[in-house]
Amino acid sequence: MSDRKVKLMQGNEACVEGALAAGMKFYAGYPITPSTEVAELCAQKLPLIGGKFIQMEDEIAGMAAIIGSSLAGLKSMTATSGPGFSLKQENIGYAALAEVPCVIVDVQRAGPSTGLPTAPSQGDIMQAKWGTHGDHPVIALSPSSVKETFDLTVKCFNLAEKYRTPVLLMLDEVVGHMREKIEIPNPDEIEIYNRIKPQEGDDSYKAYRVEEKEIVPRMAAFGEGFHFHVTGLMHDEFGFPTNDTDTSDKLIRRIMAKVSDNVDDIVIYEEKYMADAEYVVLAYGGTARSAISAVKKAREMGIKVGLFRAVTIWPFPEKQIRELAGKVKKFIVPEMNLGQYVLEVERVVAGRAEVISLGKANGEVITPDEILSKIKEVL
Amino acid sequence: MDNRIEIRLSGSGGQGLILGGIILAEAAINEGNNAIQSQSYGPEARGGASKAEVIISREEIDFPKVDKADLLLAMTEVAYKKYIKSLKEGGILIADSSINVDAEDKAYKVLQVPIIATAAEKLGKAMVANIIALGVIQQVTEVVNKESLEAAVLNRVPRGTEELNKTALSEGYMLASSTF
Repeated sequence: MSDRKVKLMQGNEACVEGALAAGMKFYAGYPITPSTEVAELCAQKLPLIGGKFIQMEDEIAGMAAIIGSSLAGLKSMTATSGPGFSLKQENIGYAALAEVPCVIVDVQRAGPSTGLPTAPSQGDIMQAKWGTHGDHPVIALSPSSVKETFDLTVKCFNLAEKYRTPVLLMLDEVVGHMREKIEIPNPDEIEIYNRIKPQEGDDSYKAYRVEEKEIVPRMAAFGEGFHFHVTGLMHDEFGFPTNDTDTSDKLIRRIMAKVSDNVDDIVIYEEKYMADAEYVVLAYGGTARSAISAVKKAREMGIKVGLFRAVTIWPFPEKQIRELAGKVKKFIVPEMNLGQYVLEVERVVAGRAEVISLGKANGEVITPDEILSKIKEVL
Repeated sequence: MDNRIEIRLSGSGGQGLILGGIILAEAAINEGNNAIQSQSYGPEARGGASKAEVIISREEIDFPKVDKADLLLAMTEVAYKKYIKSLKEGGILIADSSINVDAEDKAYKVLQVPIIATAAEKLGKAMVANIIALGVIQQVTEVVNKESLEAAVLNRVPRGTEELNKTALSEGYMLASSTF
């Protein structure tokens, strides 16, 4: 398409452009390196399209504000990094149980605590899954390029709207801060999903009742004439708190099933050089770029190695990895932490192939040569 | 141009090296090549060591970081000492005249020119040193052409400073050609 705009763009900037393309109208947050550009650009751009930007007093308030705005009918986003991601967890759980669609961007930096503020990491991978207490559905995507950051931000909004759940965009400092070429698709090329609302004047509307053949309850917006209750307590179809174990059981199983019954719709992955591969490098986010570079070099040496890239990191691409485990000899899992995602790989591979961790958490990226050495070492 | 060239711009925070890297990458993209710009910096806004990296390639760029650079620009002595070891053997060092370059080291080509002095004294604006440096890099490497570099500079600098920045580019071209 010749009329597409070709630009040099930063990952964080592409995230904002993707959010706007998806229909974001509200952003609230507390700026933190290396995600600050997301807030800055939302502050610049949202007022121009009639949207709202609020710099909140702290991280959890930023999360609370996007829950409120989403309940009022607006597509909403916040962005943060590790320290702020920790602080937001309580309200992420609230959004999960109250089924409030929203997008949370975590541009990961080296932790724990305030760690290395300007250095990359993938240390929040397990936190993305288990950061808030209780069983809760999790959808998390992790882009490897600036263009993919745009596309996946759109996808995050679509999934949030479709499954009425918070969706996490797990960026890392590498992709968030680098600038590269991107072709911005035209608006008519972008698929947008909007939440299903109740029929106007539907007197039988219950805020948490799922209509037949639908996945989630229809979502009225506050201010549109429907009266309903929203809570972080277990609740009935009206949204009112309950201690009833049967109602609670149904609710928790229903919200978990939104993701577990729709894994094929949610899981995105990429395979390269996998047709005859005996070894597989399994990577995600910024590290996947080092991984593909290493795989290409190894292929030049005649080593039968391929790349499996998890684009959706949660839910885990379980079916695909289980299948691979029967075909390949070894998995190498490079990640900018000391071995988190590798645990999930081990669980699913279940001893049918060897799983090798290549972790690094000192604020430096994992280089292609480091991955290549590991490949050669384990041959 | 080679298939892939890796450039490291180093100096101290506030010298505009990240902007310099962005401009260089944009010029490359305007010519239809691929380019990636990245940076590393400390938590402080000014001072400290700062580096910007640019990779320009005809092909898709997988690993987005510079390891061994084909070209190192050093604007301060601290940066020179810190990054000279990351210059490829046979690579090009462009160093500001204020730096004590180790004359014994012949493993790479050295071009030492008064970038900062030209900006501060001849043009009276220290802030355009980064643009002068881009002019020098263009002349030495021809990694981008003059037209796309100028267009990229003008696209990024504040309104009202266009002539100053064009002059800065020309000064860079001259510094490079007078020495080579």
